[in-house]
Amino acid sequence: MSTRASHHQVTTGLNETRWMIIKDRLGRGWYKFRRNPISLVGGVMVLLCVFLAIFAPYVTPYPKHAGAFTDFQNAFQAPSKSHWFGTDALGGDVFTRIIFGSRISLMLTAVVLGISVPVGVFLGLISGYMGGKTETVIMRVTDVFLSLPALVMALAICAAFTPSIDKAMLAVASIWWTWHCRLVNGITRSIKTEEFVQASKVLGASPLRIIFKDILPNCASPVIVKITLDAGFVILVGAGLSFLGLGAQPPAEDLGTMISFGAKYLPERWWMTVFPSLAIFFIILGFNLLGDGLRDVLAVEEGV
Amino acid sequence: MVLFGLSILIFIIARMLPGDPARLALGPFALQEQVEHLRHVMGMDKPLPLQYWTYITGIFHGDFGLSFQTRRNVALDIAHYLPATVELVFVAIVWVLVLGVPLGVLAARYKDSWVDNLVRVMAFIGVAVPPFVVGLFLQLTFSYLLGILPTTGRLSLMTPAPPLRTGLLLLDSLIEGDFSALGDALKHIILPSFAIAMTGIGQIARLTRASMSDVANQDYIEASRGFGIPNRVIAFKYMLKPASIAPLTILGLTFASELSNAFLVETVFAWPGLAKYGIRAILRKDFNAVMGVVLVIGLAFVIVNLIVDILAGYVDPRVRIKHEEGE
Amino acid sequence: MEEKAILDIRDLHVWFRVYEGVSRVLDGVSLYVRGGEHVGLVGETGCGKTVAMKTAMGILRSPPALFPQGQVLLAGRDVLKAAPIELLRMKGKTISMIFQDPLSALNPVFTVGQQIIDVIRFGHRWIRDDGALTKTKVRGIAMEALTSVQLPDPERILSLYPLELSGGMRQRVLIAMALVNRPRLLIADEPGSALDVTIQAQILSLLKSLVKEAGIAVLLITHDLGVVRETVERVYIMYAGRVVEEGRTVEIFDDPKHPYTQGLLSSVPRLTGEALAEGIPGTLSDYTEAPSGCRFHPRCPQAMEKCTQQKPPMVKVSTKQHVACYLYHGGGG
Repeated sequence: MSTRASHHQVTTGLNETRWMIIKDRLGRGWYKFRRNPISLVGGVMVLLCVFLAIFAPYVTPYPKHAGAFTDFQNAFQAPSKSHWFGTDALGGDVFTRIIFGSRISLMLTAVVLGISVPVGVFLGLISGYMGGKTETVIMRVTDVFLSLPALVMALAICAAFTPSIDKAMLAVASIWWTWHCRLVNGITRSIKTEEFVQASKVLGASPLRIIFKDILPNCASPVIVKITLDAGFVILVGAGLSFLGLGAQPPAEDLGTMISFGAKYLPERWWMTVFPSLAIFFIILGFNLLGDGLRDVLAVEEGV
Repeated sequence: MVLFGLSILIFIIARMLPGDPARLALGPFALQEQVEHLRHVMGMDKPLPLQYWTYITGIFHGDFGLSFQTRRNVALDIAHYLPATVELVFVAIVWVLVLGVPLGVLAARYKDSWVDNLVRVMAFIGVAVPPFVVGLFLQLTFSYLLGILPTTGRLSLMTPAPPLRTGLLLLDSLIEGDFSALGDALKHIILPSFAIAMTGIGQIARLTRASMSDVANQDYIEASRGFGIPNRVIAFKYMLKPASIAPLTILGLTFASELSNAFLVETVFAWPGLAKYGIRAILRKDFNAVMGVVLVIGLAFVIVNLIVDILAGYVDPRVRIKHEEGE
Repeated sequence: MEEKAILDIRDLHVWFRVYEGVSRVLDGVSLYVRGGEHVGLVGETGCGKTVAMKTAMGILRSPPALFPQGQVLLAGRDVLKAAPIELLRMKGKTISMIFQDPLSALNPVFTVGQQIIDVIRFGHRWIRDDGALTKTKVRGIAMEALTSVQLPDPERILSLYPLELSGGMRQRVLIAMALVNRPRLLIADEPGSALDVTIQAQILSLLKSLVKEAGIAVLLITHDLGVVRETVERVYIMYAGRVVEEGRTVEIFDDPKHPYTQGLLSSVPRLTGEALAEGIPGTLSDYTEAPSGCRFHPRCPQAMEKCTQQKPPMVKVSTKQHVACYLYHGGGG
């Protein structure tokens, strides 16, 4: 019928304009991003870390030192020309192990966020849109998970399993979705009543369509900013878990585990602790700067 | 309430764990009957919901079950270790308020000057460094390199502890008038509490700065100036109060981050607190203990959030009025 | 003529340092208010009237504001050069201001009582010499002030927060706060324009009676010509940071000289006969790149070559009326 055709036309028209606006915003955003020193520095730092992590075997001087490796003759060497950051208790080159360790940390973060963000966003959209009992149930569950600080919850969950890195990842992921869920829920609820959503409804768009075409793009900016800021925090939590012995286990150490082992040898053999610490600081700082810069660029409010 | 949900969740997880905690506790050389006996004593052979029920009712009598490790009532264990952590977190909050707020105010006052930029950078770094790293660095500098502050523990081996009243060393030694113990305890608590407070200080400083500069642009501040109210009064009274609303609401979150930081820092400084106890419990799969710790923390949370809500209502009448209108 | 002026602004230039450059908001504004006079300042939003008034009050923040030229004399003393303590003394006693939006002008986290008491206490330091101020005395003054603005039950109102009052009540509280220290000059920045028309009328009549009683001079800032006609004796018309015409209200309304004034008056919809009101085409330009010469020339239907080159000076067109326009340059004095 003519109504359906015009409906289609109108909705496509609306959507096209919406995507145009988003593209424009992105373009402008990129321009601002380039001009904003904070985000630029952060971006560079992050890229550097990611690059090093991905190409670890090709970039490090002693790729064989990663993982299980012992060379007790060379253990405990102070930083020197051949070992820039010295060697650790088992003789591995600290510099190499740091890079491989960051690889593990970053991988952990990627997995955690990769799982928790889609789940969280999805649940947030549904609960926000449906309202009523569905919303109450979902938000109550979210509340329970948010009732404790992230690290504590993760610890508690890890308690149930033998310490290992995948359990740690699962633990953190199973908590993390709640933040995104809550964020998206809030946005959905406030947008739900706006006119353009009503308009789509009146035109007969299906709920799924409304959710994906109308509401989702509006969540994009805050979620993206949150993801970058999250990255820093997830690394922190992950490193914390490893530091306590619950995350990455030797010999596939991540930075947290390295620090915890190195701490035993303070203060004489400082390089085993100091350098991994600096590395972690660098990574987290990079993500934080990036996130902050993005927040400015995409004009999201503080407190996200 | 949320606590219920929390307890159910943790309970399920804890009970699901693979591996036999009883065996872990007794060691690989224990005989099978001994393991069975322990399990029976612990009530592990009863069906799951029944276990949960006994547990919950037990809680209301202050019975948190027995710890696998120490065989003592978990409640006793917790009571033993709790004050140390309370002290630590409390001092950390003091740090946050004493350093964070003034720094934020300073930064707002001298906005865009070098002071402002310095504060912002410091705050940023504070948020980016993991607390255990902070703790280690502090140890390195102050204890090892400079040797002015002690490395671990709450009290030096040489100093006798004051009689146990509240368990809060600072308070107990004060009550007792034992100033050498007080001084010693203070020296011990400085580093770990600061390590915990770092993130909080950064967050509060940034927020206070933003909040203050927001308020400074408000019409009502201009109006007060127009009515002849001197600048100093404006700054400390008329700007500070509205500006403190935002940081106040974060206080709950700050408490949360401090608590989780405590877990990391207590390990670094060998601080005999709840967190350390909790971690040991986790590593040894002492799930009664874990439950206990988790519930206590959850409870602490609820209380703190409640306090923050009340305070917020006190400072900002808008919140109070909305409550009265039945929000 | 300007001798007894409480407020005398002479050739004031105010610039702001902004991101894009320098925004020359006020470009030579001169006006005065004598004791007991009621003067109006009319202009559209953005013409700089608020900036001028904030300068007079001494509440503009000095970076980013710059004062390259001109004087602002309050009771003889130049506000721009005065020490902060002198400025403090003048606020509340010599000059006081009512803001446009009563909700945003009151601090939301303090009660009305706390705020007005502070105004009294701090104003007291300079004016009252009838003994020390005790708490009860201050409260008494506060309640008196609230009664004078026709607020019922002042005791209760003192303990309320701004949020708990209606818009009209808030505006009355603001008026009370502005007048409690008996200023000689009151600047009213679009009073009541944030409120309902009926309430606005009440507020305006209240204001009228209060200032008449106390003999306070008033500078009424507004864009509402109707209000101007009913309340003030003299009027200044401002456009884009300059005064373009001034004179007695009656004369200006009967025979506006400046093309802008003419445009303004014809924009007011009339209830009788005639065609629809015409607006003035175009909008105010950006102050960082203001038009050269007469700032109105891009929108002026009678613009001439001369108008783009130099700023037209004010010339007298009758005993009390002055215009800044080249149309009158040749003929006038």
